[in-house]
Amino acid sequence: MIKKSTNWPVTVIIALCSLLILFPLYMTVAIALKNPEEMARSIFSLPTGLHFENFANAIKATNFFNALGNSATITVTAVVFILLTNSMVAYAIARNMNKRFFKMLYFYFISAMFIPFQIIMLPVVKVTTDLHMNNIPGLIILYIVYGLAFNVFVYVGYIRSIPYELEEAATVDGASTWGTFWRIIFPLLAPVNATIGILSCLSTWNDFMLPLILLGNQDSYTLPLVQYVFQGQFSTDFNLAFASYLLALSPMIVIYLFAQKWIIGGLTQGSIK
Amino acid sequence: MAKRRAAFYLMTIPALLLFFAFHTFPALQGIYYSFTNWDGYSKSFDYVGFKNFINIFKDENVLNSYLFTFKYAIATTVLINIISLLIALGLNAKIKAKNFFRGVYFLPNILSVLIVGFIFNYLFSNVFPVWGEKLGSDFLSQNILGNSDWAWIGIVIVAVWQGIAYNTILYLAGLQTIPHDLYEASNLDGASRWREFWSITFPLLASFFTINMVLAMKGGLMVFDQIIALTGGGPGRSTQSIALLIYTGGFQGGEFAYQSANAVIYFIVIVVISALQLKFLQKREMDL
Repeated sequence: MIKKSTNWPVTVIIALCSLLILFPLYMTVAIALKNPEEMARSIFSLPTGLHFENFANAIKATNFFNALGNSATITVTAVVFILLTNSMVAYAIARNMNKRFFKMLYFYFISAMFIPFQIIMLPVVKVTTDLHMNNIPGLIILYIVYGLAFNVFVYVGYIRSIPYELEEAATVDGASTWGTFWRIIFPLLAPVNATIGILSCLSTWNDFMLPLILLGNQDSYTLPLVQYVFQGQFSTDFNLAFASYLLALSPMIVIYLFAQKWIIGGLTQGSIK
Repeated sequence: MAKRRAAFYLMTIPALLLFFAFHTFPALQGIYYSFTNWDGYSKSFDYVGFKNFINIFKDENVLNSYLFTFKYAIATTVLINIISLLIALGLNAKIKAKNFFRGVYFLPNILSVLIVGFIFNYLFSNVFPVWGEKLGSDFLSQNILGNSDWAWIGIVIVAVWQGIAYNTILYLAGLQTIPHDLYEASNLDGASRWREFWSITFPLLASFFTINMVLAMKGGLMVFDQIIALTGGGPGRSTQSIALLIYTGGFQGGEFAYQSANAVIYFIVIVVISALQLKFLQKREMDL
């Protein structure tokens, strides 16, 4: 009884609504490629001259490659360590839920999900400055540590669904706890690792508040922070500003174009739990 | 066995210590400062008891920021959930180029909130007014972000534009868990589309509805990046969110202790709202 033919009315509605998503992105590209004269003629038209000098100027003005390097370093390092350490903590908790210490630890971590960042925002700046951690390594450590609240929750749920027999067999064969974790459990975590990896990657890459309050040195600024700092200088030259926005957005868009199916799939998988 | 136990402790204790040092300790410090009059830089400060808390309840700026934040959070939560559920239903139907459209609708989720805000800031000030003029409407030809009564609507629009992406994906995942034969059975019984939605689809999405409502509300209550990019809290203080007020007052206004007290109240508010939402929505799930 289920209709096999294409539902055209819905297709048309979905297509029309998707224009609302695409229009601001089209405008971003179009403005980035125009010069002020073309803008004066018509804001909406396709660019005619392709003014790539906007990009060259934006790269110079924002020190783009430096910021790109910072964002990439922070994101890659944080995500790798989040996957390695948060899963390990969750494993120890999941396999010892009958013990009071680990059970309390579990609730301790997940209860932090409800603490808004603003309540620790002011003191954390003080703590990190006192420890000389108001720099990129400090920022990375904070991302790894703050990841625990949500990630332990997701990992523990998944690890508890892995049959215990697998580990018992490994123990009988003489594997240590560490060996069991790295050789048996960690590879089995692939689907959750994908989800957590994608989520952490997106939130770290796009985070604005933590770099804003923590990073003192301009050389260590991330991509969003650079856009914010240079916003004032751009206010007269929109073409330059949009070239800069587009440059800042493009690494993620490129990754998304290639890994779209995988990214959406990974997020869906994690949410079904 | 002792070795096994030692390994488990080794796996968790460093994480516990770091988490305490960088999360719990600052939170406790924040609570401690909220009872003092520290400005954030002076060498000395005094204990003032509940003075900060009492003053906060009399502070019009604080009150305004709570009103704005609630208004904004409720509007975005409702709109995001309605729209993303509709889009998810559309994307789950038999449509052409399904994967392409899924990709498009999810795209905003991967973009930086701040930069999306900057882009919309320009659209609100230079592009939409051009359309408004063509339509001959005085109201639409102004920059909505410059109007203290309507600026909050502009921020809601941007948040919804970006926020529907993630919730759509979650609803879509939910829709795919509903078995097909339920719809076949209801078709045989001659149920209308409308009836089908309210009797099958919506009840079976209950747990996804709970997650989406709680996430959207929490995100709305913590709004910060959009405001920085769109209005900076203005015009006047009309779009100053609680998070922005704590940030500006605490770091730039010499109100470290005072805003710490505000953050403590904010924390209590968020916990109470999340708990109430969970309780109310989960009760609905169980009644099914």
